[in-house]
Amino acid sequence: MENEYYVDSDKLSEAALARKHQIENDPECRTDPMAYLPGQEQIESDIFDKVISAAESYQPEAYTGRDVARALQKEHLTAEDFKALLSPAAEPFLEQMAERARIETRRHFGNTVYLFTPLYIANYCENYCVYCGFNCYNDIRRMRLTPEQIEHEMQVIAESGMEEILILTGESRTQSDIQYIGEACKLARKYFRMVGIEIYPVNVADYRYLHECGVDYVTVFQETYDLKRYEQLHLLGHKRVFPYRFNAQERALMGGMRGIACSALLGLSDFRRDALASALHVYYLQRKYPHAEVSLSCPRLRPIINNGRINPQDVGERQLCQILCAYRIFLPFAGITVSSRESETFRNGIVRIAATKISAGVSTGIGDHESKYTGKEDSSGGDEQFEINDGRSLDKMYSDMESEGLQPVLNDYLYV
Amino acid sequence: MENDTLKIGGREFHSRFILGSGKYSLSLIQAAVEHAGAEIITCAVRRANTKEHENILDFIPKNVTLLPNTSGARNAQEAVRIARLARELGCGDFVKIEIMRDSKYLLPDNQETVKATEILAKEGFVVMPYMYPDLNTARDLVNAGAAAVMPLASPIGSNKGLATRDFIQILIDEIDLPIIVDAGIGRPSQACEAMEMGAAAVMSNTALATAGDLPLMASAFKKAIEAGRQAYLSGLGRVLVRGASPSDTLTGFLRD
Repeated sequence: MENEYYVDSDKLSEAALARKHQIENDPECRTDPMAYLPGQEQIESDIFDKVISAAESYQPEAYTGRDVARALQKEHLTAEDFKALLSPAAEPFLEQMAERARIETRRHFGNTVYLFTPLYIANYCENYCVYCGFNCYNDIRRMRLTPEQIEHEMQVIAESGMEEILILTGESRTQSDIQYIGEACKLARKYFRMVGIEIYPVNVADYRYLHECGVDYVTVFQETYDLKRYEQLHLLGHKRVFPYRFNAQERALMGGMRGIACSALLGLSDFRRDALASALHVYYLQRKYPHAEVSLSCPRLRPIINNGRINPQDVGERQLCQILCAYRIFLPFAGITVSSRESETFRNGIVRIAATKISAGVSTGIGDHESKYTGKEDSSGGDEQFEINDGRSLDKMYSDMESEGLQPVLNDYLYV
Repeated sequence: MENDTLKIGGREFHSRFILGSGKYSLSLIQAAVEHAGAEIITCAVRRANTKEHENILDFIPKNVTLLPNTSGARNAQEAVRIARLARELGCGDFVKIEIMRDSKYLLPDNQETVKATEILAKEGFVVMPYMYPDLNTARDLVNAGAAAVMPLASPIGSNKGLATRDFIQILIDEIDLPIIVDAGIGRPSQACEAMEMGAAAVMSNTALATAGDLPLMASAFKKAIEAGRQAYLSGLGRVLVRGASPSDTLTGFLRD
């Protein structure tokens, strides 16, 4: 299976290529993914063990239609009920699950849908995650925006009417250090009402600093909660340390952030187990930090530059819909974000059932908002992380959501 | 009935239906206000914290009293900051305190609510605190300078009705401020029941936002609240008094 992820660039030196092949083919030469690296803060937490052991012991095939029917009759679902909803036995119940999910979504969020856009400010990366377009061995145009360029991008996005922004970087502490990201967030506060980040995991003090810079929401994708699989996919770099990444959301809350988001990248491993772990991660965090605003994302694998073969494997749209309905019914109060990895048709449909937030006016490249928003020619940008599947502008998305009978909300947040 | 007004913060209202403005289309707010006959409408300050593009405040009719709420506040300090911001935004002096440090049930934090009420009342706000129906807290809120007390009927958005019925009744009986039943009222009959109990007003949002026909539901609530109020004023009939009435008097055996 790995072979479909491995791509050798002809720009790599012989030594680099040899090193790449060695870590790909020889597990013995790879580091222990459970061992923390120097400088990575360890916190006391029992959430890791609870989530990972639940995911490991989950047997999706063990559930029956009766279990699913029983779960759907309950007002408050247990983790056991949730496991039934994620199982293959729930597939024939998809329409019923969607109906229940829709009721829960409307009850908790009303007739609204939140809109946001991501802004990638750098794509340098020191990790080798074999499925990611930013991985350090992938031959792409690298770029790190200067503060002036960041501000220009923000102006272009703000002019489109967007009020919520998610700032992203590749995972390079040397190219995109915390101060660099913090300065970008301070700029973002000038142009946007709400600022979130999706960057490499950091320590509590760094999250506290970023919160002071104006950030209140932290998204970290665990990619997969299956340690064995994680080890095979994240071959090099800080990201290889599995528990440090897992505890990132908790450190963010300890650093004063208001909200967090969790997810697996669906298609990397057994998606039912990963979906279970993602939701339990949120569930246990909310129990421990009841004030935290929690949300789930649901990205599926997409093709990347130099590798068009990457795909979401066995996670089709029906499976994705099942997962999202199960999330909503189990965690009715949690936000659910659906990104532009999904198609226009899917996103129009899922906002009527379970999603509460969607992106618009999206670019996953670096410094190309002006050309994308205005059509102005510019070839100096950095390459994208993955191919998007829904390129609708904010205006188009706004009117499409109104056509779906929903009230688009650009901001419902105050920095206090 | 004409003289039966609700008095809060030096103002008099004829309607006893406080309308929420969240969770539904901005374009429906005007119709909701009209059909509800509402004179007070709530609005989250955080929702109004937006640029020109479809600001919710622009959709709220000018002839109603705006009741900004502090949702998003996790403690008294944050609620105070949000209330002050509301005043700066031109939302007036009325403020509904909402302090939650629970993202699952959105239950109010009574202790922090008392603290915020005290600070804001001293700053001249007309403070209407959302609270869990606890008599001791309600008394503290009175002493802190609240203008009304807003106990929850059941968890916000749950449409479950008067789950806290008996405790709300205690507040109605013991507290000399308007008791406004807030949160969880899912249908007009529940609003009617709250009014029969002697609530001064009812606040509702989700029940309307999730109704099939919002203006029609607003109108139904209006009528139910008026009916409940009239029933309360008339005094409930003896059939509703607890226990049976024996045909022979229990004290008939007594001699002079």
